[in-house]
Amino acid sequence: MKTLLLSTALVALGLSPALAGKAFISNERGNTITVVDTDTWEVITEFDGGNRPRGITVSPDGKKLYVCASDDNLVRVFDTETYEELPTLPSGPDPELFILGKDGKRLFIANEDDNLVTVTDTETREILAEVPVGVEPEGMGISPDNKFVVNTSETTNMAHFISTEDYEIKHNVLVDQRPRFAQYTADGTRLYVSAEIGGTVTVMDIDEDGAPTVVDTITFEVPNVRPEWLQPVGVRVTEDGSRVFVALGPANRVAVIDGETLEVLDYILTGQRVWQLAFTPDEKYLISTNGNSNDITIIDVEAEEAMRSVQVGQAPWGVATID
Amino acid sequence: MRVWISALVASVIVGVWGSAAVAVDVRAAVLRVDYPRLLPVSRFDLRPDDIGFTGAALADDDNNSTGSFLGHTYETVTRAVDPDEADAALEEVLSEGIRLIVVQAESADVMRLADRAAEEGALVFNAAASDTEIRDTECRANLLHVAPSNQMMADAVAQFAVWKQWEDWLLVEGSNPADQALGEAYRRAAEKFGARIVEARSFEDTGGSRRTDSGHVLVQQQLPVFMQDTEDHDVVMAADATDYFAGYLPYHLWTPRPVMGSGGLRPVTMHGAHEAWGATQFQTRFGKSAGRYVMPEDYNVWLALRVVGEAVTRAETAEPDAIRDYVLSDAFELAAFKGQPVTFRAWNGQMRQPIILFDGRITVSVSPQEGFLHERSPLDTMGLDQPESQCTAFN
Repeated sequence: MKTLLLSTALVALGLSPALAGKAFISNERGNTITVVDTDTWEVITEFDGGNRPRGITVSPDGKKLYVCASDDNLVRVFDTETYEELPTLPSGPDPELFILGKDGKRLFIANEDDNLVTVTDTETREILAEVPVGVEPEGMGISPDNKFVVNTSETTNMAHFISTEDYEIKHNVLVDQRPRFAQYTADGTRLYVSAEIGGTVTVMDIDEDGAPTVVDTITFEVPNVRPEWLQPVGVRVTEDGSRVFVALGPANRVAVIDGETLEVLDYILTGQRVWQLAFTPDEKYLISTNGNSNDITIIDVEAEEAMRSVQVGQAPWGVATID
Repeated sequence: MRVWISALVASVIVGVWGSAAVAVDVRAAVLRVDYPRLLPVSRFDLRPDDIGFTGAALADDDNNSTGSFLGHTYETVTRAVDPDEADAALEEVLSEGIRLIVVQAESADVMRLADRAAEEGALVFNAAASDTEIRDTECRANLLHVAPSNQMMADAVAQFAVWKQWEDWLLVEGSNPADQALGEAYRRAAEKFGARIVEARSFEDTGGSRRTDSGHVLVQQQLPVFMQDTEDHDVVMAADATDYFAGYLPYHLWTPRPVMGSGGLRPVTMHGAHEAWGATQFQTRFGKSAGRYVMPEDYNVWLALRVVGEAVTRAETAEPDAIRDYVLSDAFELAAFKGQPVTFRAWNGQMRQPIILFDGRITVSVSPQEGFLHERSPLDTMGLDQPESQCTAFN
């Protein structure tokens, strides 16, 4: 009876009584989204995600799922509870990866084929701006104060710092070959940019005005793995900044880096061709998408160990989580 | 010389991002020599009028996008000429003050043009000629090779055959000097990787009719006859640089065996269906601009100019010697949709790059193969290695 009352109260408050967390995985070649229960790690369902779904994220309230449907040239939007499709958002051509503004009102989208970052209003569904960037824009990071979006361009090899106020590029930083991902620390004082073909992660300190200074370059080395297979892609940093996790592509490993010393502490074995990463909201687990083995690896963040893997759809690319 | 540099050395622009950037205007040329050729065995291999040039246009686009953030601009002129017009075309390009030149030509012409260009301090990129000699005894200090050598291509195929444990090869060579030079590369590859050439046969180029309406009927009857009574073999290696017979070998052998080399599974720098390592984006951009699929020579020219772009971006100069020094240094690396950076061999100016093995439809494999190790880079298991190099121009 008590439980029932509690549930009712929660419903009244607009909260879901079904408290199981979920992970949404975009399957690039399967054209589907796999939904995984992050308590039981069972697949809940798989639904149509549009053509070539890659970048994937959720609204701050956890209710909407945004998916870059690259070959449909738009962003598909789904209800995270019912998986029903909601009206789509214009994205510009070939959207690959995007990042949502901290308030959820604007989506900053990398248009890989057109050397643009498109800014879309998630409420009015209108394009607010198109920012010309380098060749093959991909990685998108946003500063915690919501003032800068960082885009990486894969063939230009730069991190472009775009002001979210006037949509002008304020800083450009050359990094190593084929930069894939940009990730700020939660306090906004540091930015990590991975370079897939360069095999490095560039570390920048960010000053009060948001200006970057390169302070270090992290390299990787795994015994019996050819150095050219160590291809850094997805990057995630723990809330306290103490640990940085970097997906290493065809090396089939996630590197664990000390956020203070920037030393690589360990390499966690995952499935094959690991690209993107996401924490569960409680940061207990880190999920990796493994594009060639069609699975995700669940990593216990505290233990820094792979816990299990879950089969998903064809060529999993990105992952997003909700409570 | 270097007129275009003097104008810009003085002009330093300050970017909106606060740090000083040096304005550099980069001018380059692509010089293509069009030889009289017979039709290829396959219509898919017809040379488009814009071969190489569309690669140059794409490279200019790519380089200018990057350059727009640094104050660098790129402009590449293209010239397509008959063999007897090549020298005059080079003079014209040099007289325009251009000192970065990509050449699509046969070896003898590449050498002559490179030597003339050297007199003017120009840097030349070889985007087509595959003879091993021009990287070896005949190498030139101002000549960088983006096109792989015959030996790199043969080694790429050989590694795959050895990985498959197809170690007994039947070598079928054409009768033209270029075919025999390629055949020699396969002989060396066999020796290098422990395979055996159990028999070698020469397929005479008699100038016979090909691609006639009934061609396939004759091919079907004649080739098996040519291919009978052979030693036992695992694979047929075809050395047909002229492109007159190797395309017919698959399915027309006496003994059913895979064909590799100039027919069947072929080594290429790029093809229009290659998608790995982000190449889909390259294919999309190329297709949008060219309205056709990319051919290896387009990719080679694109890559040569991207080498220039990367050197200008990092070294902030368009001076030929400085670009040469930078690309030969350890600092240089460039992403080229091959899964690992491409670099240059400092001892002979040859670009190191993975070689794609293509069946005419998809990427079957990419060499170097797993297990072929080298103290410096697995890429140096393909082509002339430093200890065997007789090139002294880079010392």
